[in-house]
Amino acid sequence: MKLKSRHLLGLRGMPPEDIRLILDTAGSFREVLDRPIKKVPPLQGKTIANMFFENSTRTRLSFELAERRLSADVLGFQSGGSSVSKGESLKDTARNIEAMKVDMVVMRHWASGAPHYLSGVIEAAVINAGDGAHEHPTQALLDLFTIQEKFKKVEGLHICLVGDILHSRVARSNIYGLKSLGAKVSVCGPATMIPRGLEQLGVDVYHHLDDVIPSVDVLNVLRIQLERDAGRFFPSLREYHQTYGVTLRRLSRAERPVTIMHPGPINRDVELSADVADGEHSVILRQVLNGVAVRMAVLYLLATGN
Amino acid sequence: MRALKGTIMDEQSMDRTVTRLAHEILEHNKGASNIVIVGIRTRGEFLARRIVEKIRKVEGVAPDLGFLDITLYRDDLHGKLEQPEMKGTDILFDISGKDLVIVDDVLYTGRTIRAALDGLVALGRPHSIQLAVLVDRGHRQLPIKADYVGKNVATAASESIRVHLNEVDGEDSVLLMHPDSDERGSAQ
Repeated sequence: MKLKSRHLLGLRGMPPEDIRLILDTAGSFREVLDRPIKKVPPLQGKTIANMFFENSTRTRLSFELAERRLSADVLGFQSGGSSVSKGESLKDTARNIEAMKVDMVVMRHWASGAPHYLSGVIEAAVINAGDGAHEHPTQALLDLFTIQEKFKKVEGLHICLVGDILHSRVARSNIYGLKSLGAKVSVCGPATMIPRGLEQLGVDVYHHLDDVIPSVDVLNVLRIQLERDAGRFFPSLREYHQTYGVTLRRLSRAERPVTIMHPGPINRDVELSADVADGEHSVILRQVLNGVAVRMAVLYLLATGN
Repeated sequence: MRALKGTIMDEQSMDRTVTRLAHEILEHNKGASNIVIVGIRTRGEFLARRIVEKIRKVEGVAPDLGFLDITLYRDDLHGKLEQPEMKGTDILFDISGKDLVIVDDVLYTGRTIRAALDGLVALGRPHSIQLAVLVDRGHRQLPIKADYVGKNVATAASESIRVHLNEVDGEDSVLLMHPDSDERGSAQ
């Protein structure tokens, strides 16, 4: 068993058996994280460069931890204070890093498609850690893993992505992954934040949370990305919270408990009320833990499969 | 096809051998009180289950039983054509201070056991680690020796040993195969 592709650029078009292989392998690494010594040797001697051209805390830390747990050597790189600010092109930056004999590159970039471009100009395997508003495959994989851990399956469940779908690479990767494993997927948000033609991906579109809550198993609540000027798309944060904020009062209308997910970081009492975020049906911190195992699985499969 | 060279064990002789291994483990460790058993996935897992069951029948209590997946500790992970499938380690007890008995089907180069030792010391510090195998076929490439051996079999390096267990293969047998064999089963 090995992955069909030697890079992880996105979940669009990824065969379901590859997604399942990653999730199964992540299950084995999840056990490693419960051990007293959480380090295993399979990537000994491999060098991985983390190239982050956009701010990130948890994704970068999660990748770095996954790499170290697998005994790889890790190079860090943040665009601020590097030669990128001196005008070096992406291709030159990457080829210089590759000249230092790097085996894998994990890249976060503000431009959609940057990892795809990179995978064509360097020899090393490329993992997309989020590109623009395009894809964030490891986030979607850890969401799938967390759903499967909770429900023992993904097929047949109804998952609704709530909020800013337009700017969200998490939403796009989730839609591809969830559809691929046979889940029912819907989105809910203000009309200004839902891309046109989204129905063509087989997704149901809602504009009122109360319409969708009675039938969902999981609400994956997306972050309002104020740094991307999301405030232009609705009148005020207060109004957004009143219309699309996930609150205990809203959830009480569901007949069964609704599992709450969020890719973080949370804007408390904007997209998610604090009592829901910390409530008994929230698996938000579980997602963070599972993220390390899922990233270990992706790194391991790509490093040993090539 | 002239694959089969000889039958080394059948169902009855395998059962007797596993019974003897269980008794030797008990004799050497003076009872079951401090023993834990760890089978190496895949076939070592089922042999370990059988040994634990034999011990339970003799002593009245079953020692803790766990399973070890050595994939992450292999020395040939990079450059293999087929990516080995991870089946997961499942050791839900503390091995520190215990007399730990590793169980596997065939002892050959010793590389599997080397990997298993690495995997185990990451989980704790046992008082001792011992090794029980159903078949020792020689040709060691590392300084490793079994404490309990079901059967020593002289083989040529080009031959292979196939261990079939009821739980995975539908029958209990150990077969010595000619070099040109491609039959399914544990080939070591």
